[in-house]
Amino acid sequence: MSDATQTGPVLAADGRPLKRSLQRALRAQKMRALALIAPLLIFVLLTFVAPIADMLFRSVENSIVSDTLPRTVLALKDWDAKSGELPDESVFAAMAEDLKIAEAEKKHITLAIRLNYQTSGVSSLFRKTGRQVKKWDVPNDGPYMEKLLDVDDDWGSHELWRVIQTYSANYTPGYFLNAADMELGPDGVQQVDDSQKIYVMMFKRTMFLSIVITVSCIALGYPVAFLLASLPLRTSNMLMILVLLPFWTSLLVRTSSWKVLLQQQGVINDILVWIGLVDDANRLVMINNQFGTIVAMTHILLPFMILPLYSVMKTIPPSYVRASKSLGATNWTTFWRVYFPQSVPGIGAGSILVFILAIGYYITPELVGGTDGIFISNRIAFHISRSGNWGLGAALGSILLIVVLMLYWIYDKIVGIDNVSLG
Amino acid sequence: MPTASDDGFVVFDRVQKSYDGETLVVKDLNLSIAKGEFLTMLGPSGSGKTTCLMMLAGFETATHGDILLDGKPINNIPPHKRGIGMVFQNYALFPHMTVAENLAFPLEVRKIGKSDRDAKVKRALDMVQMGAFGGRRPAQLSGGQQQRIALARALVFEPELVLMDEPLGALDKQLREHMQFEITRLAHELGITTVYVTHDQTEALTMSDNVAVFDDGRIQQLAPPDELYEAPQNSFVAQFIGENNTLEGTIKEIKGTEALVTLDGGEIIVAKPVNVSKPGERTRVSIRPERVEYNKDRLHADAHTLKAEVLEFIYMGDIFRTRLRVAGNDNFVIKTRNAPDQRRLTPGETIEIGWLPEDCRALDA
Repeated sequence: MSDATQTGPVLAADGRPLKRSLQRALRAQKMRALALIAPLLIFVLLTFVAPIADMLFRSVENSIVSDTLPRTVLALKDWDAKSGELPDESVFAAMAEDLKIAEAEKKHITLAIRLNYQTSGVSSLFRKTGRQVKKWDVPNDGPYMEKLLDVDDDWGSHELWRVIQTYSANYTPGYFLNAADMELGPDGVQQVDDSQKIYVMMFKRTMFLSIVITVSCIALGYPVAFLLASLPLRTSNMLMILVLLPFWTSLLVRTSSWKVLLQQQGVINDILVWIGLVDDANRLVMINNQFGTIVAMTHILLPFMILPLYSVMKTIPPSYVRASKSLGATNWTTFWRVYFPQSVPGIGAGSILVFILAIGYYITPELVGGTDGIFISNRIAFHISRSGNWGLGAALGSILLIVVLMLYWIYDKIVGIDNVSLG
Repeated sequence: MPTASDDGFVVFDRVQKSYDGETLVVKDLNLSIAKGEFLTMLGPSGSGKTTCLMMLAGFETATHGDILLDGKPINNIPPHKRGIGMVFQNYALFPHMTVAENLAFPLEVRKIGKSDRDAKVKRALDMVQMGAFGGRRPAQLSGGQQQRIALARALVFEPELVLMDEPLGALDKQLREHMQFEITRLAHELGITTVYVTHDQTEALTMSDNVAVFDDGRIQQLAPPDELYEAPQNSFVAQFIGENNTLEGTIKEIKGTEALVTLDGGEIIVAKPVNVSKPGERTRVSIRPERVEYNKDRLHADAHTLKAEVLEFIYMGDIFRTRLRVAGNDNFVIKTRNAPDQRRLTPGETIEIGWLPEDCRALDA
């Protein structure tokens, strides 16, 4: 028996504190565990964590203006944009000097593209000016205000100078504001023109469609999972193959086959017309809109709902159902009061999985979404691969990430992550 | 032998059950259980006892024959309308409900008012000495406590018939013995008819009014525990219930209540014919280990004696267990009480053993 009268730390047989002895004994084990996960850990760090961190950083990073136009940024510091007057000659001189250096290093075009996101026309202005500036003998052939205005009247635009001043800081909330349909105006944060508003609507639509898809998956997947879980193993394995079959087919093939089925000259419309339910002139529009996205994505994500549901239902012993019936409950009461509450962790797991996959889905909405069925991820893809506005893409992605994490947190508060079971 | 009669509270009348349409799991079952009776279905796994219980509960349908409850056929009544309480092997307490909610469940579905319900739940909890545990979840209870709750839940809606499917299988020995006593006490106090399924013969013997021994889809014997143990009707029952010594041989002659059996070793012994009918038939002679005596002073005058060689002596505290070679059988076991004057045998020794002819039963081979 251990001596209960002894106070202070428990000692091992050699007089060392027991805790330290235990740690020493376990160290080799821990090192071994670490060595085993090290390759994957490094791989994940390099290919997953690092790129994400970089993208998140890009959503606020803005050193290009101060890097390319250091003198201009410095000179503009004292200019009051609200005065309504153009900056003075020193600023124009600084700009001319910066541009000449930037032109020599071919950096002015990149900057022009960056500033063009905020106010249009900058790109061509910088290109045009760049060609002239390289012939000048900066800083000796001033005054540059006149010379620049000679090159292009746009240099006299008050808005241009305000934008340069606003975005001269190394970090900017600008991308995030843009992602929320807002911008940095002369009086601080303001809404963009109604005609340019797009992202808030896109976020709302993405959320809405993802919820609809998740609910459809529950509605379609629950009975299937129930059947799978209650059938004998041999039959259920057969059915399980049918559930998994879509996994083995290319995503593109599956999505394209929905096009074949749903288009106006497609199989479903043909049948509806043939049996006379739909007039030939009024064929249903079921693809390249929200309906198409919902149908195709529900189909694609259904296995992600069925599998966790199935694995949870599989663990509900049939004796619970029998017990409930023997206690006098009807089939419905048994299901609702005894079976369903125990399958909720499966619904939770499936819903999280489907919702998170849906909210970031890209290919299917791109192919069958048309204009009103596309997701925010399609806009992110557009900015990353086509418009080149990585900052805005990164900001949209960050918001998406935050939304998902928040939903996850809310879900944890309401349902409890411990209640989620993947089997 | 069991026959279906109309006066039983539960009656199985020529019931058969097949799952695959090729083999019968239950073959021609006839059984009548009186009101208030504690009947145990005992048998090895696969003998059809659980299938019978499930048919009675309504979770399996009989392929042929009628099951009657209180005189009415219940084949077509769904389980939830049968009003039969049931205790399951793994307790089947609903994990998402508290103990009190579990107990209130059968009352709720019967639309019993809240105050009435609470009173009944409290009474049922007190009945199993679990009054303080109403607010707990099943997962917070020990196995024995869960068992009590499962019992209380099966009784709370006051059914007249309670079925128990190996309810004590998961408990340790001490707790099991305690619960055996508890369940029989409750069953008799409340006057409920109980059908209890087990593969543990001790449980069956200590708890039941009647035991039905199942094997191969049939009831091999239906009898009170003492009769079952002392007067097994066939060699399966003799082997299955308690420890048993078997000597194989051939019937030489039957005269009245005595049969002469020629053992395979050549010895001729006297036995009580049970289910053997004519000379020349193969037989297994069954003798209980504790009915064998080797102390000459205690041997009855009528006792029949045989030579035996001691192979092994095991000291078990209250009894001695000695393995002998008798008439070519190396597994002949005798049990003797650890009395002050009892001689301890040594392996290698040759002794003379004997028993009363009525303790020696000639059964089917």
